[in-house]
Amino acid sequence: MAESLLKAVDIYKSFVGVQALKKVNFEIKPGEIHCLAGENGSGKSTLIKIISGVYSPDDGHMEFDGKSYSKITPIEAIKNGIQVIYQDFSVFPNLTVMENLAFNSELADRRHLVNWKRMREIAEEAVAKIDFKVDLDALVGNLTVAEKQMIAISRALMFNTKLIIMDEPTTALTKKEVRNLFNIILKLKERGIAILFVSHKLNEVFEISENFTILRSGELVATGSTSELDAKKFSYYMTGRDFQQRHFVPVNLSENPIFEARGVGMGGRFTDVSFAVHRGEILGITGLLDSGRTELALSIFGIKPIETGQFLVDGNPVRISSPQVAIGNNIGYVPEDRLSEGLFLSQSIADNIVISEIDRLVKSAGILDKKKRSAEIDKWVNELAIATPDPNNACQTLSGGNQQRIVLAKWLACNLDVLVLNGPTVGVDIGSKHDIHGILQQLAKEGLGLIIISDDLPEVLENCSRVLVMKAGRIVADMNAGETDEKTILSYML
Amino acid sequence: MMERNTMQPLARFEKLYSNDRHLWRLIFLIIVWMIFIAITRFSRFYSLLNFQTMAAQFPEFGLMSLGVMLCMITGGIDLSVVGIANLTSILMAYLLIQMTNASGMIPAYAIPLVFVLAVGIGAALGIFNGILVSKFHIPPILATMGSGELFTGICLALTKGNAVSKFSRTYARTINNRIFDLIPVQLVIFIVMAILIWFLLSRTVFGTKLYMLGTSATAAKFSGLKTDRLLIKTYMLSGVCAALGGMIMLANYNSARADYGTVYTLQCVLIVVLGGVNPVGGKGKISGVVLAIILLRMLETGLNRFPTISSYYISLIWGGVLILIMVLNYFTENTPRFRKKIAR
Repeated sequence: MAESLLKAVDIYKSFVGVQALKKVNFEIKPGEIHCLAGENGSGKSTLIKIISGVYSPDDGHMEFDGKSYSKITPIEAIKNGIQVIYQDFSVFPNLTVMENLAFNSELADRRHLVNWKRMREIAEEAVAKIDFKVDLDALVGNLTVAEKQMIAISRALMFNTKLIIMDEPTTALTKKEVRNLFNIILKLKERGIAILFVSHKLNEVFEISENFTILRSGELVATGSTSELDAKKFSYYMTGRDFQQRHFVPVNLSENPIFEARGVGMGGRFTDVSFAVHRGEILGITGLLDSGRTELALSIFGIKPIETGQFLVDGNPVRISSPQVAIGNNIGYVPEDRLSEGLFLSQSIADNIVISEIDRLVKSAGILDKKKRSAEIDKWVNELAIATPDPNNACQTLSGGNQQRIVLAKWLACNLDVLVLNGPTVGVDIGSKHDIHGILQQLAKEGLGLIIISDDLPEVLENCSRVLVMKAGRIVADMNAGETDEKTILSYML
Repeated sequence: MMERNTMQPLARFEKLYSNDRHLWRLIFLIIVWMIFIAITRFSRFYSLLNFQTMAAQFPEFGLMSLGVMLCMITGGIDLSVVGIANLTSILMAYLLIQMTNASGMIPAYAIPLVFVLAVGIGAALGIFNGILVSKFHIPPILATMGSGELFTGICLALTKGNAVSKFSRTYARTINNRIFDLIPVQLVIFIVMAILIWFLLSRTVFGTKLYMLGTSATAAKFSGLKTDRLLIKTYMLSGVCAALGGMIMLANYNSARADYGTVYTLQCVLIVVLGGVNPVGGKGKISGVVLAIILLRMLETGLNRFPTISSYYISLIWGGVLILIMVLNYFTENTPRFRKKIAR
């Protein structure tokens, strides 16, 4: 048995009356890839923050390299070789790659004058450690998410690092980029660096980690070797519920398509895209991050109007030049980035639900009808089972899954014909994801035409009746979901 | 059971307090100040005349503050309010001079006419700001600073820096009237505007959209709001408020000049922030702003009752009050745990 690198023993932590962690034990050995999984609110983040010294535990202690601490400060954590890569990577978008990389060590050395040559050397050395090829003079703000992540990893490795904690590192990455990240993680492992990988994506947990720890409601529910884990057990540990997979089978397809694209294109982002969606159908569009799938979604909703080709709504050609036109044609859009595009976080759940239909909730000339408004709110809070004690609470008080229900409610309240969903369950926990899929399938049965844009292939296969694959701005495959599998789709995507 | 009964009203009070922390704090400060004045300078402050004077003075910057508040709720700001006020009052002063006859009288329709025109001018100047902010995507602080300079520049070019007076005294006398010998007309104009804006913000679709837009312009776009049009309407309203403020200045000074009220720009921003409007946008109530206006007026008037305190100290005191409020905000907004402990 190798000595453990880090041991957290009987950790307790509570916040204003909420027990975030209850007697949690955790152990990681040098060079181990360990996955920490759990739903939102299960205490994953709290545990990470205790390990990295951001929070101090109420009770329990940590052992690092054999030394025992009742609590540590962030500085001590870094000195002990713990580096955390948060979801936003904490990079400076307005500085160059080189500056971002050299910044910390320049500060640590208390240098006051800039020596560009030395900075370049530091930066070159840092990226070389993970064979990361990048233009050192590029602005970090212009890089892709994956590249920013590589910079954060390079930066983390500049210190005498023994443990890297990655908080949901794959959330915004494409399949290819995830591959690449995993290769780097394996390389780090060879060098004896332990990786704590926070994720709630099942396939990643299986693929990369040797050991796992699953938390639920602040308690340790399972820990052990990943080889003993399977999909069913994983979902059960995460949620405490058993799930049945429900493949979507369309019923009541309309004869004519409710929405159709004929040879649409936009400035090199996508060209000659044609497809049709019927009422009762869920169409899946998948592809890599740069395949043009998001731009296509934005153009359907009028944020970035198409330049060539034609959209038809219920058989009639429509020029969708703005979101108002889209909404006027009963098209809604659940955006990719829920937090910045989908929701007004600090505003109430109630206002977030009614904002798009608010012009209809009036007595006369723009004066709000409070009765109609609260009836609508009650209706949608119940219908979509949004878990809140009071719809006047701010949206940001809710979990990702409940927030996504609010975005859905906002559009359903508009009596749509077509709903476009870009990454409908990104950042949503397993239980809510399952529920949201149920809602979408129900909506299709009730006669809505849905378009799901997602690179979560199990999601696409489970929920869509037809799958289109986009690559470099073109549709390269059009398949029945029942007659294909992940492997086939991937082969078209790459 | 006992404990539950005692907790509930406490919790309710806690909720009432935490929903409108700014309001309670301002009310508290006003009361403290009133008590202090009552102890030290009772007879020189607590007179009907003094309150009437205050009520006639504050509407000029009070109206401008209402406009700045609307812009700040959308996450913007309007620094051109004083420019709009002066340009409007100068143009109307010229019009009144034209209408004044040899015996120093103006026709009966003159006053309603200048008010209608003032509202129109304010709206037009505000729309100009709104277009700069929405269509050309100029940051509001720069757009309105620039347009404010432009408006003041037009004023200077028109007047060569001189005061425009020599119009019928009837105008000033009418606006300085007291309804039922009690309520100053200026106050009535302010109250009408304040109620109108309160209604817009809390009872109309426009108000909800304004708060939503201020919270996130991106989410507003993705929710199908016509963000450009909303912004233009907002700056238009601000222009109307400022123009009315200018009309009151015209009456209070019985003249118009390009550099009247230059301190009001910053003062309006102070009032709005003091009143609990979030400078980032999305949050703020008119009640807070009105209380902040009253507090500042009472502070200034009260201080004037102390002959030993020179009026040169007033900026110092306002700055102090503003910073104190900000620091208090920091503690109450950022340490809910601290508050909860006290409540228990």
